[in-house]
Amino acid sequence: MTDDVDRNRRHFLTVATAVTGGAGLIAAAIPFVASMRPSARAQALGAPVEVPIGMLEPGEMIRVLWRGKLVYVVRRTEEMLSRLPLVTGYLRDPNSEVAEQQPDFAVNEYRSLKPEYLVLEGSCTHLGCAPLPEFDVGPADDWQGGFFCPCHGSRFDLAGRVYKGVPAPANLRVPPYRFLREDLIMIGAESGAV
Amino acid sequence: MVKSMIARFAWTGCSATLRAASYGAALSVLLVAFGVCAAADVELEHAGNDPGNIKSLQSGARNFMNYCAGCHSAKYVRFNTLARDLELSEDQLIENLMFNAEKAFETIRATMPTEDAARWFGQAPPDLSLMARARGTDYVYNFLKGFYIEPGSPTGVNNRVLEGTSMPNVLWELQGYQNAVFTTDENGTKHFDHFEQASSGSMSEDEFDEFVRDTANFLEYISEPIRSTRRVLGVWVMMFLIVFWIIASMLKKQIWKDVT
Amino acid sequence: MARIESEVGTRSGAFLKWIDDRFPLTETMKYHVTEYYASKNFNWWYIFGVLSMVVLVMQLVTGIFLTMNYKPSATEAFASVEYIMRDVQWGWLIRYMHSTGASFFFIVVYLHMFRAMLYGSYKQPRELIWLIGMLIFFALFAEAFAGYLLPWGQMSYWGAQVIISLAGAIPFVGDALVEWIRGDYSISDITLNRFFAFHVILIPLAMVGLVFVHIVALHHVGSNNPDGVDIKAKKDANGVPLDGVAFHPYHTTKDLVGIIVFLMVFSAVVFFAPDMGGYFLEHANFEPANMMATPEHIAPVWYFTPFYAILRAVPDKLWGAILMAGSVLLPAFLPWLDRSRVKSIRYRGWIYKIALALFAISFLTLGWLGMQPAEGIYVMLARVFAIVYFAFFLLMPYYTTIDKTKPVPDRVIYHG
Repeated sequence: MTDDVDRNRRHFLTVATAVTGGAGLIAAAIPFVASMRPSARAQALGAPVEVPIGMLEPGEMIRVLWRGKLVYVVRRTEEMLSRLPLVTGYLRDPNSEVAEQQPDFAVNEYRSLKPEYLVLEGSCTHLGCAPLPEFDVGPADDWQGGFFCPCHGSRFDLAGRVYKGVPAPANLRVPPYRFLREDLIMIGAESGAV
Repeated sequence: MVKSMIARFAWTGCSATLRAASYGAALSVLLVAFGVCAAADVELEHAGNDPGNIKSLQSGARNFMNYCAGCHSAKYVRFNTLARDLELSEDQLIENLMFNAEKAFETIRATMPTEDAARWFGQAPPDLSLMARARGTDYVYNFLKGFYIEPGSPTGVNNRVLEGTSMPNVLWELQGYQNAVFTTDENGTKHFDHFEQASSGSMSEDEFDEFVRDTANFLEYISEPIRSTRRVLGVWVMMFLIVFWIIASMLKKQIWKDVT
Repeated sequence: MARIESEVGTRSGAFLKWIDDRFPLTETMKYHVTEYYASKNFNWWYIFGVLSMVVLVMQLVTGIFLTMNYKPSATEAFASVEYIMRDVQWGWLIRYMHSTGASFFFIVVYLHMFRAMLYGSYKQPRELIWLIGMLIFFALFAEAFAGYLLPWGQMSYWGAQVIISLAGAIPFVGDALVEWIRGDYSISDITLNRFFAFHVILIPLAMVGLVFVHIVALHHVGSNNPDGVDIKAKKDANGVPLDGVAFHPYHTTKDLVGIIVFLMVFSAVVFFAPDMGGYFLEHANFEPANMMATPEHIAPVWYFTPFYAILRAVPDKLWGAILMAGSVLLPAFLPWLDRSRVKSIRYRGWIYKIALALFAISFLTLGWLGMQPAEGIYVMLARVFAIVYFAFFLLMPYYTTIDKTKPVPDRVIYHG
């Protein structure tokens, strides 16, 4: 009888010790795992950047860095905007249905807050090369200006939307951004504080 | 000998050590009691600051930015961490503390460029992020209170705690000026005896003491911002270990029951 | 080499058989764990070996995470430590565990070695275990010394400056040796970088290898015990020592309790007093290294101070260095200095007991003296206790021979 009681008690205590020890081990592991997340300095360096756009000419593009990533800001002309509907048929995701590629405010025909200014991450959704701006029309009908990736030939339109039949699977990403003033945008924050 | 031992125990670290005299601390208590709680050999008045007093820390932060940050950086301290620990809103931060910084994630820099400071004062004013940890809160407290008139020196003052300091008395408007009275012993060595007020400042003695106490409190905080958090966590860890110890002891006894 | 026959039919039994056919898993587990028999009468002096391993693992893990954020350059090192303390999430905890662990490593190892002196664990046939252990001890010294330079504080720089220039005392090769260690004409960024390499990979690799070999050697002859009785002399019908209990589950469950108590003390320090009054984290080291200004008192970290006291007790630079080195090396010879036929202090005479007590007192006192300025009465005391320290070893062949020992029982004393 006492043997059984002993065996049960022994089993219970073994389990209790193992569970407590396991919980302790997991709790102890958390700080180590968490320490690998971005530090306060990384968060500071990865903070939103202010980009003055007042000097951008129509049709001109500037490149800036945010979180070590290339970001393009393009001041589109009325003419460039008018060409956007012409290529819809050639595009993989003309209505920006893949949600991760842009914030909600960019789910529209211009993929931007204001039609005039396009803000895109300059990273091809295939393997990350920086696509080159090719804003002139032609030679073929399907090209009405946009971005061309030299690495494997992926093509995107003047709203960063990806063409069908190219290696890139998705539209160029639109980063979170907002207008601080007419001539100043903040890339990396959608609304509110820094 | 006793007096110097008391002065050494004024070191904030010493009292924490005595409180933490746990298992196996027989050895360390022995060592501490013979204490090299390495402070200066100058007698230091106890600062008496309360690290948990947020109001005091807020005042200290304001004092620091207004009187110290002109020359001294605290380059390891971020404004946003300060705001979080001192319970300040972003507006309070910007209005009262962020004079030479744009963003809250920036660190506290000195307004004066270091090379200029080095030229004007003979050496660059040291960064203060860790001063309280390197020399002790009481040292900082006594230093700020310890300026006295010395006509010969480049700044017109000297400091009881740091002989020949190149730092001017930035708090003279608040404290006024004091003279140091020395006694001479049989060997002819001068010993500091006491201060005598020469001119009064805008604060009374008590007000100034509190001003310096708050500032020293702030410097203590920035030298180890995580202090209060670690102590809270420590309680939880100890409680867990006590529970674990009880369970493991019971298991051990059960396993060893059949050993004769 | 019997397999768990009844389980071969099950999935887990078959999996185990697949492994065992290719790797000595079950036989290793049996030899080293479930059928390794150690005496049932271990007291708490026997916990320090396990604790040494726990601290080693802790230092390795916290060290790896520190290395993710530390910058081994003279311009960035100090700032990177503050970065870890303030900006890296939970960095402060990892740092404090590592700095506290360094001190606790020495506490635990010194007590582990003292256990061997209490119970004659270094005596035949365990001399090799002791020698390997001494190598681990030397490696630990080097590891701590190299590690202390890394924060690049005032004490880091000047402490290293003092100790490295000791090697300069060696005639003929001294100066060249010092320059070779430093890699430069004075301690610099170059020295820091190589000490980083020593501390992070060279010595830890060596230590892990040495600890492994240390345990293999131990298991080959079996553990000693507080009575110094050979438990393998009396076995039962199955070949199991009468006074032995299997390492698992007996010693594993007992050691777990000891480990938890250790963690309580350790955590108390980490969370409530990581500076330990300036002994574990020295105050001067919160100032960045300044080549132009030497701090008032350069003292090595507490765990080096007994030997430092011996160094300073000798008025001559070369002889001081020689005697200091001697004081570290001398314990290696204990298996041959100790002529007693009895292992455990329980059965030794009063001469050895007094000698060991004097040794302990002199070690602790020298440790305290090493922290005081080398003036006045401290110098005299250091000389006296240094002599006591050396006498303990050098006179041992004599007094252990004449010491009147008591008869050793043939079974261990165990009071459940």
